[in-house]
Amino acid sequence: MGSGRFFGGVHPSYNKGLADSSAIVEMPLPERLVVFFAQNLGVPSQPVVKKGDEVKKGQVIAEAGGFVSTPVHAPTSGTIGSIDIYPSPVGVDAPAAVLVPDGKDEWFEGCNVERSSEGLGVKKIKEMIHDKGIVGMGGATFPTHVKLSPLAEKKMDLLVINGAECEPYLTADHRLMVEHAEGIRDGASLFATVIGVRNVVVAIEKNKPDAIEVMCKAVVGCQGFSVEAMDVIYPQGAEKQLIYTLTKRKVPAGGLPMDVGVLVQNVGTALAAYEAVRYNRPLIQRVVTVTGSGIREPKNVLARVGTRFEDLVKFCGGLEGDAAKCINGGPMMGVAQYSLDAAVTKGTSGLVILRQEEVTQFVSDACIRCARCLEVCPMKLNPSALSIFIEKMRFEDANEYNVMDCIECGCCAYVCPSRRPMVHHFRRAKAEVRKLQRKTG
Amino acid sequence: MLTAVIALAALALLAAFGLAIAARVFAVPHNPKADEIEEVLPGANCGACALPGCAELARRIAEGKADIDACPVGGESAAHTIAAIMGMEFEGGAEREVALVLCKGSDQVAAKRFFYNGIYDCNSAVLVFGGDKACTYGCLGLGTCAGVCLFGAIDMVPGGLAVVDPEKCTGCAQCVAACPKGIIKMVPASRKLHILCSSHDKGGVARKHCKVACIGCMKCVKAAPEGAITMDNFLAVVDYSFEIPAEVAAECPMNTIIVTGDAAGACEEPAAAAGGDA
Ligand code: SF4
Ligand code: SF4
Ligand code: SF4
Ligand code: SF4
Repeated sequence: MGSGRFFGGVHPSYNKGLADSSAIVEMPLPERLVVFFAQNLGVPSQPVVKKGDEVKKGQVIAEAGGFVSTPVHAPTSGTIGSIDIYPSPVGVDAPAAVLVPDGKDEWFEGCNVERSSEGLGVKKIKEMIHDKGIVGMGGATFPTHVKLSPLAEKKMDLLVINGAECEPYLTADHRLMVEHAEGIRDGASLFATVIGVRNVVVAIEKNKPDAIEVMCKAVVGCQGFSVEAMDVIYPQGAEKQLIYTLTKRKVPAGGLPMDVGVLVQNVGTALAAYEAVRYNRPLIQRVVTVTGSGIREPKNVLARVGTRFEDLVKFCGGLEGDAAKCINGGPMMGVAQYSLDAAVTKGTSGLVILRQEEVTQFVSDACIRCARCLEVCPMKLNPSALSIFIEKMRFEDANEYNVMDCIECGCCAYVCPSRRPMVHHFRRAKAEVRKLQRKTG
Repeated sequence: MLTAVIALAALALLAAFGLAIAARVFAVPHNPKADEIEEVLPGANCGACALPGCAELARRIAEGKADIDACPVGGESAAHTIAAIMGMEFEGGAEREVALVLCKGSDQVAAKRFFYNGIYDCNSAVLVFGGDKACTYGCLGLGTCAGVCLFGAIDMVPGGLAVVDPEKCTGCAQCVAACPKGIIKMVPASRKLHILCSSHDKGGVARKHCKVACIGCMKCVKAAPEGAITMDNFLAVVDYSFEIPAEVAAECPMNTIIVTGDAAGACEEPAAAAGGDA
């Protein structure tokens, strides 16, 4: 494996120093939690609680709605105060349960009990990962048990544990590796057992030397495990780019990592899966990096799912100066929020708060055909042509030009001198192409 | 020089000969009626007939595979002419329908929940939390519908609101399909009273979001003939099979109901409603 890299990419200012040396701190229970019923990509989960219900910590409040779906659990014990529509941090209004904690934080029967993970069959491990609501915690929230079920005809030979964390500002995965290396390693072993591979690579960008060191120590003596230090370039942590950097294998257009025999899992997911199997703990909390110049005390917070952004901000000392913009996730791929009413979901890796002087309202212009976006697009697309097609509502042409392969990394928009809203165009086009595909079957 | 001229002339002759033969061998049987019908059709190629263009519809009508009044744009007059070409009688089809935007919440009266600075297009704006309006049902005012209307029938009034001119509207329904909020409806052109709101929010919430929202008070329901206005989840909805007296509009405390004037397409506001708190 080399340290060569994928095509394209950019070097944004990383600003990770704000929070990368502060240890993870657990946040006390807030007065209320807003738990969204749809916490995974795929089929939304079906609520099974109603207003007034008493729930225990770890009790299922929404069941999986199909195969590509996971259950959602109560993050603490308390009462369901109401069920209503709230702004979900991913940019839609969605139904959520308001949970009023009773302060006892009592576990549901059977949860949080240690048990041996030795000798568990593949089926059993997958079942536990599903039942405990584990999803990809890098932000995509794709159900983990689905990723762990590659088609039988695909020969899997490599598991990649993704600790690249290439998104600026975010340090949640970094801290997780420094503080929970063993758990991540054990989670990785579980994944490796399930898909039957021997080789496991923990991939980390070189700007996290302490994480590399700790992970290296943790995997000493583990057969087949290695740690790979990678060049710092955005989007190194994107699945297809990561696989290329590590193996030089190219995932075909429209294909999945399993097509080249690789499974990629985020470090947080590995830890959550380990805790689910070993301690029967559902995914009800995660590390969120609360950072940016607009926050008084940047921190890596261990917060319950459902913690409102407002409470997170308060816990981190409140807003600083003329805080003007709040982003769920990092500045490259995150979604700007209009209200601090949104709440932490299983995919919330960070909350970045920027000040007025860092937030510019751009006026976008016509494409000047400078081709800078072509140079940086890690998917080797032609973002210029795509955006022009889409402006003219030529969605079929955009589809011909593989808009569906866009990973929405934002590199093109980042370098565009005409300040064109590229990713917004591509999201629109993807929605239209999906509509067309549904129509033509 | 001379050889070149002769060679080119010979080639030209050969090609002409070839084309002449091809024209006979591959000739498509042609229906002269189709040409005549195409002359009558508006030539807008708008797609309202769900066919690739006016020529295709003309061919189908000529072959008897489509109705003579299949073009909503050409309307009755085109249908009459086509009937004559086809040697048929046209009895008059369904009543003319026009598009109507069921929202009255311009920026002056409807609150916004955030500042949207993205692509100037409604279908793009809905991708961001469903749009910047506090009322999640209302018109986003970025004019996607006006953009697809081939007949210039939709005006974007100041303050961001789409308004259809019923005189110019041909009833092609392209705008209905284009609106991401699904708030454009086809209504009989002869009806004058409309409830311009699509919000299913409860009264209090609707009122907070928009000063001209339907709050579900049911005053119009009671004033109108039985069944002519019904409540659908906190929203009053007109059943256009009824004729509703214009006075009903004045009952609405929120000024949500309008009566379109008989004067060319003008929208007349009903007299200031009693008790309105707008
Ligand atoms: S957002 Fe899409 S088109 Fe733009 S650089 Fe990334 S992958 Fe390429
Ligand atoms: S009616 Fe629909 S398409 Fe037209 S401006 Fe309003 S939201 Fe946009
Ligand atoms: S307003 Fe709508 S229905 Fe009327 S002509 Fe324009 S696009 Fe067609
Ligand atoms: S009177 Fe106005 S506010 Fe009341 S139900 Fe009718 S339209 Fe709605």
